[in-house]
Amino acid sequence: MKRAGVALVLSIAALAGAFMARATPIGSVNQQAVLEGMPAQLSDYGFFADAVAQVPGKSVTPYRLNTPLYSDGAEKLRFVYLPPGAQAKADGENLLDLPVGAALIKTFAFGEGDDRRLIETRVLLHRADGWVALPYIWDEAQTDAKLSIAGGRRDVVTPAGKTISYRVPNKNQCKECHGLNGAVIPIGPKARNLSRDWLSALHDAGRLDMVPEVAAGLPVWEARASADLDSAARGYLDVNCAHCHRPGATASNSGLDLRWEQTDPKAIGIMKRPVAAGRGAGGHLFDIVPGKPEESIMTYRMGNLEGGVAMPELGKSTVDEDGLKVVRDWIAGL
Amino acid sequence: MKTLTFAAVLLASASPLLAETHTIAPGDDAAERLQEALIMAEPGDEIVIGAGRYTLTDGLSLDVDNVTVRGEGMDATILDFSGQQGAGEGLLVTSDNVTLRDFAMENTAGDGIKSKGADNIIYHRIRVAWTGGPDPENGAYGIYPVESTNVLVDGAQVSGASDAGIYVGQSDRITVRNSLAESNVAGIEIENSRNAVVENNMVTRNTGGILIFDLPNLPVMGGGNVLVRRNLVVDNDTPNFAPPGNIVAGVRRGTGIMVMANDAVTVEGNVLDNNPTAGIMVIAYPQPYDDKTYNPYPRRVAIGENFDNRSGYEPQFEGADMLLAAFGGQLPTVMWDGLGENAITVVPSLQGWNVGVTGQGVGLEGASPSPATFAAFADALDRSQVGATADLEARLK
Repeated sequence: MKRAGVALVLSIAALAGAFMARATPIGSVNQQAVLEGMPAQLSDYGFFADAVAQVPGKSVTPYRLNTPLYSDGAEKLRFVYLPPGAQAKADGENLLDLPVGAALIKTFAFGEGDDRRLIETRVLLHRADGWVALPYIWDEAQTDAKLSIAGGRRDVVTPAGKTISYRVPNKNQCKECHGLNGAVIPIGPKARNLSRDWLSALHDAGRLDMVPEVAAGLPVWEARASADLDSAARGYLDVNCAHCHRPGATASNSGLDLRWEQTDPKAIGIMKRPVAAGRGAGGHLFDIVPGKPEESIMTYRMGNLEGGVAMPELGKSTVDEDGLKVVRDWIAGL
Repeated sequence: MKTLTFAAVLLASASPLLAETHTIAPGDDAAERLQEALIMAEPGDEIVIGAGRYTLTDGLSLDVDNVTVRGEGMDATILDFSGQQGAGEGLLVTSDNVTLRDFAMENTAGDGIKSKGADNIIYHRIRVAWTGGPDPENGAYGIYPVESTNVLVDGAQVSGASDAGIYVGQSDRITVRNSLAESNVAGIEIENSRNAVVENNMVTRNTGGILIFDLPNLPVMGGGNVLVRRNLVVDNDTPNFAPPGNIVAGVRRGTGIMVMANDAVTVEGNVLDNNPTAGIMVIAYPQPYDDKTYNPYPRRVAIGENFDNRSGYEPQFEGADMLLAAFGGQLPTVMWDGLGENAITVVPSLQGWNVGVTGQGVGLEGASPSPATFAAFADALDRSQVGATADLEARLK
């Protein structure tokens, strides 16, 4: 009976979706798909006017992050969808507060120009009872992406020319990074990691209540050479590590807190002993030894690919040499 | 449509007892089917993993409350992670009221089963093994509940962990019993946790048998109120194979039961035999630290009647030969480093010695060992608070 009830709700939602798709212009978002059920195809949402070209539809706005999370060098195409008439709210330099019915969409692609292949698209849907994360894997023909609850693997060639078995996370693994105090939340769109121009444009379009004040934004990754090293490294750690290494999140039991706003040297790992690192410690005694990146557990784990040693644990089959260099240089200068 | 949906929801919530059983059998895509079942399960459901060997390349995870994951026996249903590529553990549980029973995890790349923030969890007849024996390349922890309230580990078997076989950290209300911890660096470890009972376990061929620890700079501090009783702690003689950098890398080969920086720990009714360094060791945290909330000293550790046949005959300490000569070829059962006020009380039947360490964080330098005279056994344990609660016990039935 329980399952019959659920099935009924789902079929009603699907039916409604079908009607809406016919009744609304191409490129308009199926609001019902955002709010209910587990749509089987990415196209069910109607986020894109042209999905293969990743051209967003109505009410879907592309954005980029100053410092992005490293995912084996994948090109990442990010979009935020706001339902018609709805507005995001600024919360200082923190995460934008997106209304129920909003969605964040992120497509991972490898290859350039005509050779670009879309691998997966992850969606975060803001529903009445919280955020839901769903992974979609693109088909070989690049016509659509299919819901893949259990995730999967795809062989891809990275920009560095390495052929890897790229891991698409399963639905639960989404929560390993997106979980905070038991709930799923977005990670990326923090005001401090978005450009002021983009925030202003969203405000001008009436989709953001105000342009938030940001004391010190994260540096733009490509321009890190001209940023100060402390900001570049702390920004990198905030974006790549702090969704787990912070209170209330997946790696809270480590006592390591790598958030941008954390100022206690011990909490960010300086002369901090590991707790449950196992062989991940690599024979070293402290997370960060000032002046000695080669004796620091942090750089050892960032530079490793083995399960049980590699950090981050998920979303990485190759070493982020650029990120590792910034963190190494930063530790060397401490 | 709104009304219809509402009615459907009402219908659904009116039948909460219709839990479903999802059965997974070996064969093509078994790993994917299993992970899908773990994700799509609803509270109350049971996932049954049929007998057989399953090859997994990625870690599994469960995030639904009130789910049972059951195999057909810990030698019959085997999840084989020998080729694991990703994730830090074989199975990660992050939801409450979960029961795991009757299956095995082999050769995970990192930890075996980790449950984090997973309250009221039961591990029953779970086997976690690194089948190649002791190796620093093995994963750190076998069974690894952390930041949880109410943990019951019963009838488990863990071997080969390069840190601790059964490790409970930063948790409250814990029972670890009837389990076999063999050939790990630490057999059973209770760390930064309160209200635990470790009883009726067989702990053998580890570097150290049972460790009750508190460490600094962790979100949950202040471990204590722990009862260690009626365990067989024998032949813990495996050379330490922990990768350097881990706190257990400092555990001396042949340590039976070790209490470090904890409050109100009672050790009684254990059988200790053939632990070459020491039967029972009570010490302060040996490293420098700078956490103001941390107390590095043992407090109110009570050693009751324990049977020790032969320990301390080959201690892994500097000056061991001189020590052995001074004590007549075998060290007394209870070793105390000599640090801490009101650190230790012991029954008269057990002999002990005081290492005479000169201060916290100093190590053995300048130590002046001597036979110890301990204060009479004074139990500070609150026995009404130790162990998993009765409702958890009831779920085993």
